[in-house]
This record gives sequence, C-alpha cells and structure tokens, in this order.
Amino acid sequence: MRNKHKAVSYNKWGYIFLIPFVTVYIVFQMIPLFTTIYNSFFENYMSGLKQIGPNFVGLANYKALFASGDIWKYLRNTMIMWIMGFVPQIFFSLLLGAWFSDSMLRVKGQRFFKTVIYLPNLIMASAFSMLFFALFSDGGPINTILVSLGIFKEPYKFFSHVWSARSLVAFMNFLMWFGNTTILLMAGMLGIDSSLFEAANVDGATSTQIFFKITLPLLRPILVYVLITSLIGGLQMFDVPQILTNGTGDPMRNTMTLIMYLNKHLFSKNYGMAGALSVVLFIITGILSIIVFRATGDRQKAR
Amino acid sequence: MNSDAVGAKSKGLPIGVRRMIAYIVLVLISFLCLFWFYVLLVNATRTNSQIQGGFSAVFGTNFVTNWKNLIGGTLPVVRGMVNSLVIAASSAVLCVYFSTMTAYAIHVYEFKLKRYIYTFILAVMMIPTQVTALGFIKLVGRMKLYNNFIPLIVPAIAAPVTFFYMKQYMDSALPLALVEAARIDGAGEFRTFNTIVLPLMKPSIAVQAIFTFVASWNNYFTPALILNKDKVKTLPILIAQLRSADFLKFDMGQVYMMIAFSIFPVIIVYLILSKYIVGGVAVGSVKG
Repeated sequence: MRNKHKAVSYNKWGYIFLIPFVTVYIVFQMIPLFTTIYNSFFENYMSGLKQIGPNFVGLANYKALFASGDIWKYLRNTMIMWIMGFVPQIFFSLLLGAWFSDSMLRVKGQRFFKTVIYLPNLIMASAFSMLFFALFSDGGPINTILVSLGIFKEPYKFFSHVWSARSLVAFMNFLMWFGNTTILLMAGMLGIDSSLFEAANVDGATSTQIFFKITLPLLRPILVYVLITSLIGGLQMFDVPQILTNGTGDPMRNTMTLIMYLNKHLFSKNYGMAGALSVVLFIITGILSIIVFRATGDRQKAR
Repeated sequence: MNSDAVGAKSKGLPIGVRRMIAYIVLVLISFLCLFWFYVLLVNATRTNSQIQGGFSAVFGTNFVTNWKNLIGGTLPVVRGMVNSLVIAASSAVLCVYFSTMTAYAIHVYEFKLKRYIYTFILAVMMIPTQVTALGFIKLVGRMKLYNNFIPLIVPAIAAPVTFFYMKQYMDSALPLALVEAARIDGAGEFRTFNTIVLPLMKPSIAVQAIFTFVASWNNYFTPALILNKDKVKTLPILIAQLRSADFLKFDMGQVYMMIAFSIFPVIIVYLILSKYIVGGVAVGSVKG
C-alpha cells in the first residue's frame, strides 16, 4: 500500500517537469508545422503591390512546384554538392579515424590534430563563406598566389564557372564536417573489441586487410548513421551557397539549393509555394529520419 | 614492445613508413584547416591598398585602424555582437536547463505517457527547423514579435538533440538511489532537481551549453526572417548585408576585420575548452 501511494505522489512530477518542453514544442514547432501544411493548400502571394489570396486551391501549389522543373534543378544541385563534399569527407574520416585508433601506429599529437580538424565545424558558416568569397574573388589572395606561381596566366573567375563554384561549396562543407565525422567514426572504432585486431595480427593480416575485413563491417551501423544524418544536413544546405553567391545561386542558378529556394519564397511572401516546398522537404527528411531511428533502435536492442 | 614484433611479421608497409605517411597527411590536412584563418588574420591587419596590391604572409600594422574604421562605419557591428551574444547566451541557458529537466522527467519517473513521449522526441529529433519556418514566421507575425528576440530564444527550451544527450549522460551518471536518498532526507522534487541533479550534470551541461551557444551564434536562416531593423540585427545578418553591398566600394581591410570579428571569439573560446568539446562530440550522437 505504502509503495503504491509513493509511486502516485512522485510520478505526477514526471508530467510537471515535462510541461516546459511540451508547451514550447507545441507552440513553436507543432503549430508552425500544421500552419505550414495548411498554407500549402492556399494561393497566397504578392503580384506587384496586389495581394493575391489566400484562396483555397487544393493541390495546385504542388502541381505548380513540380511542373516548373525548378525543384528538380535545385534538388539536383543540392545532391551534387552534397556528394562532392561527402565523398572526401567519409574518405578522410575513415582514414584519420583508423590512424587515430590504431594502437600500433601510436600517432602522437592526437589532441592537437583533433582540435584542428574539428575547428572549422564551429565557425560561423556565413562568415566563413564571406571569407571564402573574399579569398577566391578575382583580385583576391588565392588568385594572386595562383598567378604568381604561374599556375594561371590571369585570375580564374571561381564564381563564374559552374563546377568551380559548386566545388567551392562542396569543399567548404567538407572542411566544416570531416572533423566531426572523424571523431564519430573513431569513437566507433575504439568500441570494437581489440582482441579481434590482435587475432588478425597474429594471423599475419596487413593493416589494409584489417581495415576492410574487420573495421569496416563492424562500423556499418555508425556509417549508416553518419550517411543519413549527413544527407539530412545536406538537404538543409543554405548558409554557404547563400552567402557565396549573394542568394542568386549563380552561375545560372547552378548552386541554388532547395532551402535557398524556400528562403526566396519566404522573402517574396509566396506562402503557398513556400508551404508546398516545406511539406515536400518535411516528407523527405521524415523518411530519412525513420531510417536513422530504425538503425539506431536496432543497435540499442542488440546491446 | 610486443605489438612491434607482431607488426614486423605482417606483409604490409613497414610501420615506420606508415607512420610517416600518416604524419604527412595529418600535417597537410591541418594546414588545409588553418590556412584560411591565417590569411584572414593577416589581411585584417593590412590596409586596403596593401590587400589589393597582392598577398603577403607577413602581418601588417593596420589592425587598430581597420578596427576603428569598422566600428565607425555604417554597419552596426558592436550592436550586432551584443545582440548575437544576448540571444546565444539566453538560448544556451534556457536550452540546457530545460533539456536537463525534460531528461530528468523521463529518466526518474514512471508514468503512463512516458514511453510515447520519449519515442516521440526521438522521432522528431532529425526534423530540420527550416521545414516549419513558414508556419513559424506566420506565428511570430500573429504574436507581433517581429524584431524581437523572444522567438529566437524561447524555442531553445524544446531541443530534442540536447534532451537526448542529457538523457544519455543521466543513464551513466545519475543513479536513482541518489534521488531516493534526497527524498528520504525530505527534499522536494524541484529542490532535488536544482540542488542535487544539476550540479551532478555539470560536465554535460557545459558541453551542451557551448554547442547551443555556438549554434545560436552562427544561426543565419531564422534570424534573417525575423529581424530586419538595424537595432536588432545579429552578426550573420550583418555579414550577409556586407556581402550584398557593392563589394568593390568597400575597404577590404574592414571586410576582413568584420569576418575576423565574427569568427575569432568562437575560435578563442574553442581553443580554451577544446578538450571538453572534442570529447563531447561523440557521446551524444553515437549510441553504443
């Protein structure tokens, strides 16, 4: 009896302590989500100085969104720049993680190297992009160096060529995220039972063989986690291309990402289209989240 | 000793060569990470004509002048710094306090909806804020909170990622017996949380406070939608403004100074606390 009484009187505090989170979540996340979905069914924009709508139009915004083809172009841009950054990111993260966690290699100065490679992750992306814009501009230091080294005869217009502009965005994403990924993968590698490595060593396996036959397969769950969270992060790509190109996504909108497109609609107050685009992005990230949720859930169950 | 003997037996590259390659690559990568900030620092100390004249690796003497020009210029940078600081610091405090509280509710108590709420928070963890931005600015409009810091600070109370980190830490560092002991000593639930649990959570609170601060300090997307008066603008908005202004008219010394002004405070704090930050990265994200 006493126990039951105790349980009742304390456990109501569980709800009390949840009040702030739940209230704020409902007001600032849940209601905006529903408003966003609701708005996606309405025609609501400014035509010159004239306000059109809001009129209910059903799925017309979605039709217009997919019919214009812009969304495909921007999705393609986003994915291309994400892949261009992610491939070197995962490559160097695996390499560095393997080196840092290799007990035979005994890399010295690990604290220093980890501190340095994680540093770009904390930098204000907009300021970092502004820095890159200044450094890679036609008369900027990078061009000066390249010309004086004789690599180029005249300054290379990095922001006027599709692939150099995309490469810069991808390179910055790589710089900002590979340190983070390295630390995550290294934690996973250190979690692998060291007797496996010792046994492989005794059997005469090379470190390359150990990496591909033992480390990589056992890292799979963490690699899935890194891949999907990075993909979700990639879909949110905004600050870097926005500041680098001043919001234009130039050259010829080839660095325009999905969130830059959303931002454009929000600023021009085309709420119908912004709503439809948001819902599409919500569905995509929702599906990806479920995959992460499943992957991490399985791991928890397995333990 | 033993491992060297074993290593010598394997048919791959000798350990000395592998170590050499590792160091060369690590040094190159470190250079790649630091080079930009070095150039930034150098150029922030040089005059506009020196910068236009070409790159030099040597520091100039114009640091103070550039600083004065920037402060006296048209961009409200000091104001922007103060605004950014207020928003980031308030967000960090609210976020860690209430995330710890939420995690405590799930960790310590048994109640009917617990499992559903826990699962729900984990499920929405990955949803980006951008997809609800439209509804968010409509809400801010209805509340008449444009150009106000509240919509940038208060939402930090509900931060699923920080909550998850705190919950993970509690699983390993907060034994329920401790809470029981406090109850027997007659402490109320709220007091137990504030005086016993919070101090115990200090290491994770510190790490998450830094992460939340930096995320808020660097945030550009949401503040840009809500703040449009000069008095309330934050640093990222001012950077974007600098970018959209006619670039060549600017004194490049000032431009670099402005960027340095936004980046270096975070770098300095990071270097002081790097041990905790780098150690804290892995804990929250990887289960197992």
